[in-house]
Amino acid sequence: MSDVMLKIEDLRINYGGIEAVKGISFDVPQGKIVTLIGANGAGKSSTLRSIAGIVKPSGGKIRLNGEDITGKAPNYIVSKGITLVPEGRRIFPDLTVAENLRVGAYLRKDDLTQDMERVYTLFPRLKEREWQAGGTLSGGEQQMLAVARALMSRPKLIMMDEPSLGLAPLVVRGIFDIIKTINAEGTTVLLIEQNANMALKIADWGFVLETGRITKQGTGAELLNDASVKEAYLGT
Amino acid sequence: MDTFLQNCLNGISIGSIYALIAIGYTMVYGILRLINFAHGDIFMMAGYFMIICMTDLLIPWYISVILVIIATVLLGVFIERIAYKPLRDAPRMSIMISAIGVSYFLQNFATYVFTAQPRSYPYDQMGFLSKKIQLGNLSTTMVTFITPILTVLLVLVLLLLIKKTKMGIAMRAVSRDFETSQLMGIKINAVISFTFAIGSGLAALGSILYFIPRSSVYPLSGSLPGLKCFVAAVFGGIGSIPGALVGGFLIGLCETFVKGSAFSEFSDVVTFIILIVVLLIKPTGLFGEKLEEKV
Repeated sequence: MSDVMLKIEDLRINYGGIEAVKGISFDVPQGKIVTLIGANGAGKSSTLRSIAGIVKPSGGKIRLNGEDITGKAPNYIVSKGITLVPEGRRIFPDLTVAENLRVGAYLRKDDLTQDMERVYTLFPRLKEREWQAGGTLSGGEQQMLAVARALMSRPKLIMMDEPSLGLAPLVVRGIFDIIKTINAEGTTVLLIEQNANMALKIADWGFVLETGRITKQGTGAELLNDASVKEAYLGT
Repeated sequence: MDTFLQNCLNGISIGSIYALIAIGYTMVYGILRLINFAHGDIFMMAGYFMIICMTDLLIPWYISVILVIIATVLLGVFIERIAYKPLRDAPRMSIMISAIGVSYFLQNFATYVFTAQPRSYPYDQMGFLSKKIQLGNLSTTMVTFITPILTVLLVLVLLLLIKKTKMGIAMRAVSRDFETSQLMGIKINAVISFTFAIGSGLAALGSILYFIPRSSVYPLSGSLPGLKCFVAAVFGGIGSIPGALVGGFLIGLCETFVKGSAFSEFSDVVTFIILIVVLLIKPTGLFGEKLEEKV
């Protein structure tokens, strides 16, 4: 296994006394695709949000390449190269596509032309809609924009919260192809999904989260063939 | 005819001052969904700052103008930090009540420090601004004449700033979605402070332009203009900067024409009737954003 990029140790998250994440530990190796799967309320989103700095964990440590980033401000975490594509896309509806991309690169002070071109090559649809307001895009295009916006910060680690949510199967396949491309270009991916089938197929390593605890882990292929995972998450 | 033109000129002039103050309401509302009830009192404090600078410290007017704007900006940002920021995650009603509290605090603070006695504004030492000028048959002061021009220019600069600059894009992003803005690396507190700085700076400028032809300041002199500017912001569509400009002009013109008619005592009544009518017929105002709740 290659170097560990992100190390989560005994992470705990509380919401008003209710423990959503009950001490989980996992590693995200450099250059890999890691996925967390699990049902609603298993604590997947909370975990990503605490890594991104939106939610302060009540215990445990989050380390990025050895540096403790637990509870740091979101802008600091973005500046360190971690970005989150939030659940439900959350693009800015009144901003144009180009402006959405510029906001994604908010912390950068250098020239953005190259990155704009890169994301427009990845998502030619966005190029066509450059001057349209984000809110006028279709669901799939909005998801593309959300991913493209995250890439504009030149992340080392991109975290995605349910990118397939509410999208047609064909669009979902397109999004997953893009995830593989991004990963092949050297960005580490931490993906959470309810669509376990798709996620496990592209993942190098997967974790199963159940009510705030990790209950299983293995390579994507191992989990795909695991009887209990099959029954609980793959619907077969 | 002359009376009509004179009323137009005066109405547009006072209207553009209302517009400057209304922009402060509208921008703060746009970003925090908060009616900053203390805004009129910040405007009043700017009046006192000017008196301190010129009458007490004998600083020339052009330097005083800059000092007053800086002091007012600091006051506005400071108020946001101590009275609104700690309530960021609280229900919207709490922060509204906090704003009312700040308003009363400023009024009473001014009464305590400057007494309830009106203090005279150094209106006659404002260089060319206080000069009387004659335009055809209309007589007016320089300040009345340049106020609308200055206002329109400032609004254009402001719109450009919001449309084109990085800070402007960040402001629009934050006004939509705090959390996602944070995920982009935007420091929302810095953006909110910046919004208050612009609003308070414009209020300071509005205060200077307002008090020169009126010649005295007292602790409650921000409360009625503050309310009228709030009406202007609602009329134009709260959250919209061009709306605040148009709303300000319309309220100013209405008020001046009613004052010049047989019903002069009713000028403020008309302003507030406009508020009620707007709220009944078109609550989003002339240029208001569509009422869609945050998803």
